[in-house]
Amino acid sequence: MVETDINMRTELMESTQVQSVDRSDTKVADMKQQVNATIGEPFAKDPKMQARQVNVYYGNKQAIFNVSLDLGKNEVVALIGPSGCGKSTFLRCMNRMNDTIPICRVEGNITLDSEDIYADAMDPVLLRARVGMVFQKPNPFPKSIYDNVAYGARLHGLAFNKAELDEIVITSLQKAGLFDEVKDRLHEPGTGLSGGQQQRLCIARTIAVSPEVILMDEPASALDPIATAIIEELIDELRQNYTIAIVTHSMQQAARVSQRTAYFHLGKLVEIGETNQIFTNPKHELTENYITGRFG
Amino acid sequence: MNATTLLVVIIGLTVFGYVIGRMRSIKVSQGTGGPSSLHSLPKYYGYMVALWCGIPALILLVLWLVLEPGILRSLLLDELPTTMSTLSENELSLVMNDLQLLADSGRIDAETDPHKKAAAIKLLELNSTSELMRNVLIFLVALNGIIWGLANVKIDMRARVFVERIIRYLLILCSLVAILTTIGIVLSVLFESIRFFKSVPITDFIFGTEWSPQTAIRADQVGSSGAFGAIPLFAGTLLISAIALIIAVPTGLMSAIYLSEYASRRFRAVAKPLLEILAGIPTVVYGFFAALTVAPFIRKFGESIGLNVASESALAAGVVMGIMIIPFVSSLSDDVISAVPKAMRDGAYGMGATQSETIRQVLIPAALPGIVGGILLAASRAIGETMIVVMAAGLAANLTVNPLQAVTTVTVQIVTLLTGDQEFDSPKTLAAFALGLMLFVTTLVLNVIALHIVRKYREQYE
Ligand SMILES: Nc1ncnc2c1ncn2[C@@H]1O[C@H](COP(=O)(O)OP(=O)(O)O)[C@@H](O)[C@H]1O
Ligand SMILES: [Mg+2]
Repeated sequence: MVETDINMRTELMESTQVQSVDRSDTKVADMKQQVNATIGEPFAKDPKMQARQVNVYYGNKQAIFNVSLDLGKNEVVALIGPSGCGKSTFLRCMNRMNDTIPICRVEGNITLDSEDIYADAMDPVLLRARVGMVFQKPNPFPKSIYDNVAYGARLHGLAFNKAELDEIVITSLQKAGLFDEVKDRLHEPGTGLSGGQQQRLCIARTIAVSPEVILMDEPASALDPIATAIIEELIDELRQNYTIAIVTHSMQQAARVSQRTAYFHLGKLVEIGETNQIFTNPKHELTENYITGRFG
Repeated sequence: MNATTLLVVIIGLTVFGYVIGRMRSIKVSQGTGGPSSLHSLPKYYGYMVALWCGIPALILLVLWLVLEPGILRSLLLDELPTTMSTLSENELSLVMNDLQLLADSGRIDAETDPHKKAAAIKLLELNSTSELMRNVLIFLVALNGIIWGLANVKIDMRARVFVERIIRYLLILCSLVAILTTIGIVLSVLFESIRFFKSVPITDFIFGTEWSPQTAIRADQVGSSGAFGAIPLFAGTLLISAIALIIAVPTGLMSAIYLSEYASRRFRAVAKPLLEILAGIPTVVYGFFAALTVAPFIRKFGESIGLNVASESALAAGVVMGIMIIPFVSSLSDDVISAVPKAMRDGAYGMGATQSETIRQVLIPAALPGIVGGILLAASRAIGETMIVVMAAGLAANLTVNPLQAVTTVTVQIVTLLTGDQEFDSPKTLAAFALGLMLFVTTLVLNVIALHIVRKYREQYE
């Protein structure tokens, strides 16, 4: 078993060409050739975000190898794979959160509505308002529930008076399915909520700035099954208005919430396809091993 | 064998008790299937025997050392002429000192006073009997402890529980010592202050605006009336501390922010210790820096723009003091800001906050308790600082808010009150205690206020 693993890994290394890409003179057309190492269709019919030949390095260590992937409009894409395979790293490229890590370097081309998000003209601050993020561990600010949700709106000047702000806070909490539970204690600290409520508060905080894309990094991994079910339901509803990418360790969760599933292995995108197909009929042996629980 | 040797012997016995207790527990367990059948690990039986041996012996030793002089004295009093029994407590202890010196000097025979001679001889005798009794008794207690402890090494003896309980008592004892010491200091200052307030009314002291602490030696002396109004001193203290904090808080906080959020790791590794050196420079060095460099500079500068600046000014002292306390603010703030979890930063950056927005809206509120702690520490350093003020701000008790004039502070006045040739119970000396008490109350109130502020505005993260 172990031996075949190693064989497969080396195979994979060879089949995926590793090379640094100078963004300016690459064209999407001839990129399609190079990503053939990925099994399945990485491109969406109606793409919201497009990542092309992304390589990410932490110092000298490469964490992402030549990954190309689309996030389609109103679609939930699940990213799965063993720990340390680069799911979070890839996700954090999509809203330039990796900029906050000094040793991290991103190569390749990522666009939001065909705009290069790594171009000089793109302000990462505005980008992150358009591409929001929900983290693994609920991280509400040590402020009141109201102030948590209002934070982004105030930051980006979305409300011009108290009434508008109230409106934003209430609708965001409603969309996150939290309003009924907290409406009597909006001015109590957000950290006093239960884990599941905190995570929904973070989701409310994220959607309060009306992002176009929401990135979720294992949003339910710190939650109990009931809270998880609520979050999953919520994700399904959010799909009506947002494009969503979600990292998850739970196969069932990926199967329940996503339309497409991408399997990462050691920094490479091994296989991507319709969620149904990935779980019933995986093409790559690595994918099959992972989803049948044989390793990872 | 003196007390130190005895202590070493007790420690030796204690270690011996540990070893033998441990061995004994293993031996005892052999009948019933090895050490695993014991209630606790063998080492806990060792600790138990060691505690039984060491603690009673140590308690006895301490009691002995505390009580011995009193008992010896009362025994000796019988030897001394009856006039002695009328002496006051202080005089009596002088006499005792005298006798002890005589007894230790080994020249008792040369003493001419027959009473003293007899007493000294008696003292020598008592001393050696006491020492012998002490050593034998304590040795027996320690030995007895080992035997008692060993008798208690049984399969089902809960040695671990016993040891844990004793450790808890020890910890309680240590915190009690700290608390009792504080209470003791406060009480002694309080009683001396009450004596002071008998000669100077408390209202004159607290509300008086004039400070010139002299008391008459003769009733008809010129200028015999002193004034003990503390307001100018507290005003001076507040003025200088405020100047110092105005300098130190923004500078310290901003350098903390730079160090924790912007600076590269290498720069931080160099700059932080450098900054902390500021707190390690002796205050007397700051003092002459203030007096010889900063004060003349301020005066010249002031004159050049037409201001009247005293050669010793609150400003000079405050500025230098502010520089001195920068590291108290910066170092602590840097630590607490760095300790805010990465998840908080991620949350803010993920919402599209800029770096400075993240710092202002998320990091500083989350780190506020620690920052206020640093500022309080700096403030108490500023309030308590004496040397810089003596050298740079002068001794004149002016009641002013003008930072360009000379002022003086509470601590400086305490020093000047106590360093003169004074009777110990003159109002002038006692005034120092009253000032100390006031200072204590002021800092206490400041602390309570700060604590309240922190509790109200703190934003707690998990
Ligand atoms: N801040 C960082 N500095 C250095 N290496 C990192 C950092 N974050 C992640 N890595 C490395 O990048 C690889 C991918 O990590 P990550 O994206 O967190 O994986 P996943 O989310 O799939 O578990 C891992 O080998 C990890 O050690
Ligand atoms: Mg991860």
